[in-house]
Amino acid sequence: MFSIIGKFFIFIGSLFIRRESSRVYWKRFIDECVSIGIGSVNIISIVALFIGAVVCVQTYANLVSPIIPKYIVSNIVRDMTLLELSSTFMCVVLAGKVGSNIAGELGTMRITEQIDALEVMGINSASYLVLPKVLAAIFTFPLLAILSGFLGIMGGYLAGTLSGILTPEQYIYGIRFSFIPFNVTIAIIKSIVFGFLIATISAYKGFNTKGGALEVGQASTAAVTNSCIAVLIADYLLAELLT
Amino acid sequence: MIEIKNISKAFNGRVVLDDISGVFKKGETSLVIGASGTGKSVLLKCMLDLVQPEKGKVLYDNREFLNQKEEDKKDIRREMGVLFQGGALFDSQTVHQNIQFPLDMLTNMPESEKKDRVEFCLQRVGLEGTGKRMPSEISGGMKKRVGIARAIVMNPKYLFCDEPNSGLDPLTSIKIDELIKEITDEYKITTVIITHDMNSVLSIGDYIMFLYKGKKVWEGDSQTILSSDIKELDEFVFSNHALKKLRG
Ligand SMILES: Nc1ncnc2c1ncn2[C@@H]1O[C@H](COP(=O)(O)OP(=O)(O)OP(=O)(O)O)[C@@H](O)[C@H]1O
Ligand SMILES: [Mg+2]
Repeated sequence: MFSIIGKFFIFIGSLFIRRESSRVYWKRFIDECVSIGIGSVNIISIVALFIGAVVCVQTYANLVSPIIPKYIVSNIVRDMTLLELSSTFMCVVLAGKVGSNIAGELGTMRITEQIDALEVMGINSASYLVLPKVLAAIFTFPLLAILSGFLGIMGGYLAGTLSGILTPEQYIYGIRFSFIPFNVTIAIIKSIVFGFLIATISAYKGFNTKGGALEVGQASTAAVTNSCIAVLIADYLLAELLT
Repeated sequence: MIEIKNISKAFNGRVVLDDISGVFKKGETSLVIGASGTGKSVLLKCMLDLVQPEKGKVLYDNREFLNQKEEDKKDIRREMGVLFQGGALFDSQTVHQNIQFPLDMLTNMPESEKKDRVEFCLQRVGLEGTGKRMPSEISGGMKKRVGIARAIVMNPKYLFCDEPNSGLDPLTSIKIDELIKEITDEYKITTVIITHDMNSVLSIGDYIMFLYKGKKVWEGDSQTILSSDIKELDEFVFSNHALKKLRG
């Protein structure tokens, strides 16, 4: 266990030594932003819209007391979305999509000797392949979190108003009621940390694949499960730290 | 010239290479032969520093390679071209981009010059006009040839090929052998080829090293290999039916 964590940190260290020129990284970074960021917009949008809608409907169904004003429903949608859904839940979904993608790609490159081919050219393959992915994840995850937060609240709005749970005015009042701007900052910080964890853990798993196609599949699975666990542990630690 | 001295390597206590030494000369095609699992690929990986041997030295024109500073290794690496067993082409790049990759990463050549160089190498391996295709869209033999083109694009002093003609039809195999031989003669490269193929052994083996269970048991050339009196080598050579008949 400790030796694996040690190797993981050595791996992260190796990303920063013997780097190539920044021109090379810039191009790789843009490519990865497109594949990690733009490539995840669809899934994130769908998940966020529906989760926002479900939270709205469920909260209303469980808040039957007449003393509680209706705008509390949208108030809860807002806090749930910002604090957990748009960062933690989104990242668990992304661990499945981005994590398996990174591990699968690197694992395949390892077993087909593409990584060896980079090494014999004198290129630091870990840095060349992985660093742009990590930077792209750190850059795009907060943007995805903002998108997902917005769409989550939109989803609640649509579900709440279309099904007559509350009026648009009530919903918007609830969204604005006792708003703490720092919660947005928390969501962004969390998504940056989770992006880093998912990208590095998945890359570590993929990069160290040995064997054949079967092991690539196993590396992808391990990347997703380990990333999810790391995200949830980090979520707890950040909750203790930031609130 | 490449010299290897006393290379030994074990995986988890199981000895795979046992004290291998040899000299691969400039302008010659040197072959490393032996049955499956005798450590040929591991020997190549040791020479390339992809696997670290427990013991031994590798000298490239008298320059020590293993256990050197990264910067010094990089200087020697610029002079190497490697063809991996499966070609090891980058899946996400076209044939042209694959061949241009070392130029992009290791030189400051202007774009037009790079393009010319890539076209030249493509033509050298007989693949003009396929530059725009992806590796998934070309056949196994074409992948090998693209791999050779990528290996020679930097004008290497040392060329390594791991089973350049395994899995190819006899005619394509011969073509690839001839291509490697030609390039070696033309540019006076030090070429090391790993192979099982008796055809290659007899036609292009300037120097041949025979490995058996991790040990070097014989060295010589394509003339002397048929008349050796070593039992293990005899078995290997005459496992080929045609040759057996020839001997009678
Ligand atoms: N990374 C590794 N870890 C453990 N054992 C290994 C490793 N690489 C190779 N071996 C073992 O070393 C031995 C020699 O393998 P090697 O790949 O060099 O064989 P080879 O001579 O190239 O065979 P082939 O002609 O089939 O390619 C094999 O028994 C293999 O199991
Ligand atoms: Mg081999």
